[in-house]
Amino acid sequence: MYPLHLTVNGTAHDVEVDPRRSLLDLVRETLNLKGPKKGCDHGQCGACTMIVNGRRINSCLSLALSHEGDEVTTVEGLADGEELHPLQQAFVEEDAFQCGICTSGQLCSAAALIDEIKEGLPSVVTGQDPVELNDEEIRERMSGNLCRCGAYNNIVEAIRSAAGEQR
Amino acid sequence: MKPFEYDRLENSHDLSAVANGRYLGGGTNLIDLMKHQIETPDVLVDVTRAGMDTIEQRDGAVLVGSQVSNTDLAAHPLIRKHYSVLSTALLSGATQQLRNKATTGGNFLQRTRCQYFYDTKRACNKRQPGSGCDAMNGLNRFHAILGESENCIAVHPSDMAVAMAALDAVVLTRKPDGSERRIPAADLHRLPGDRPDLDHVLEQGELIVGVELPEKPPKLQAYRKVRDRSSYAFAVVSAAVALDVEDGQMRNVRIGLGGVAHKPWRASKAEAALEGKAPDTALFMQAMREEMADATGHGHNDFKITLAPRVVVSMLKQLTGLGEN
Repeated sequence: MYPLHLTVNGTAHDVEVDPRRSLLDLVRETLNLKGPKKGCDHGQCGACTMIVNGRRINSCLSLALSHEGDEVTTVEGLADGEELHPLQQAFVEEDAFQCGICTSGQLCSAAALIDEIKEGLPSVVTGQDPVELNDEEIRERMSGNLCRCGAYNNIVEAIRSAAGEQR
Repeated sequence: MKPFEYDRLENSHDLSAVANGRYLGGGTNLIDLMKHQIETPDVLVDVTRAGMDTIEQRDGAVLVGSQVSNTDLAAHPLIRKHYSVLSTALLSGATQQLRNKATTGGNFLQRTRCQYFYDTKRACNKRQPGSGCDAMNGLNRFHAILGESENCIAVHPSDMAVAMAALDAVVLTRKPDGSERRIPAADLHRLPGDRPDLDHVLEQGELIVGVELPEKPPKLQAYRKVRDRSSYAFAVVSAAVALDVEDGQMRNVRIGLGGVAHKPWRASKAEAALEGKAPDTALFMQAMREEMADATGHGHNDFKITLAPRVVVSMLKQLTGLGEN
């Protein structure tokens, strides 16, 4: 077992971890935050998406030990107390989920996406132009989050609507 | 996952203590393979905090640290402006989550996505030397048409490495004894021959510390990836093309192909056939047909022999102003 210090949703944790432990398993099983989901456990579905130091990653493909000192945000860290994050509100209003298993990953991914657009990070559909948040960009940038229920159209709507409110 | 020791490298200058370790970058491929018990390292050496995370200009060249993420490399203003083929190739690969984690060095060293390599119930000379190759007479739509051997028809999956090869990038390495090497990106990976278990020429303990992008790359650059869906899919065929046109003649023609071989494939026959000539659609096709003269299909992937030239011809036409298709 190895010592690890990291911050999750603003709370500092000092834990002892097996080197094999993924960040996802640490957060779910040791820290008992069940929002992030283990879908495929192979980086293919995006249900485990967390935001680490401002960048979204697949937490299933990341060893917990490689996150010494990192700032991690899970879906539990998006809302402000009882007040939903604009994206969470938009997902409700736009009916952007059915079964909900992918939703926590979709939300973390979308929250990071809005910041990436503000930062001007390009995607493959951006070309040489300044980045604009349109449907093509949202679809390309959300391709790492699968939804078996096929709520994609409403997810795109929700992200566009929430991003618009934040401008 | 098999138990392993975890070590964190503090700086990349002294590798003497890590001779038996396996380096861990972003881990997006290695950890996945460890879950499948296809990779079973005894010691993992995490190099993500050992420096090697900057992009800087030196004497006109651009030095990219091996731990620069795929996202940061693709977004860097120097890369977008002067090495756009590399930026586009990076952004064509994987997803935003994976590109945020994946590193420049790790992208080179990712392993094939051949399904028989991943399926431990199947014969695979790359995973288990001597066991055979179930891809040869199996579902081989994604497999190699150039440079393959009777032992292995797997392809290298990287988009980035194809662009690096076309840009004549140089991979910078350091060994545990302190010596350093400069390896042309196009020579980093091997053809399978009778050792398909070896993907590349690096020695045990040799670390990729960075990549050097040469100054004055060709001005006209493009990367195109043909795939089964428009995002988050490996290439069926991809191409990185870079060239200049001076006084109506093509110069510095470089063509890298992905999805066709065990390594990023430099189409050097085609490059030589085009160098110094005026852009011409028939010439483009003739040059690429020459490049494909030794190509072999294995059933499901026969179409790549005609697809790859068409992709490159289309790109050359577009880059030289002869048309869109």
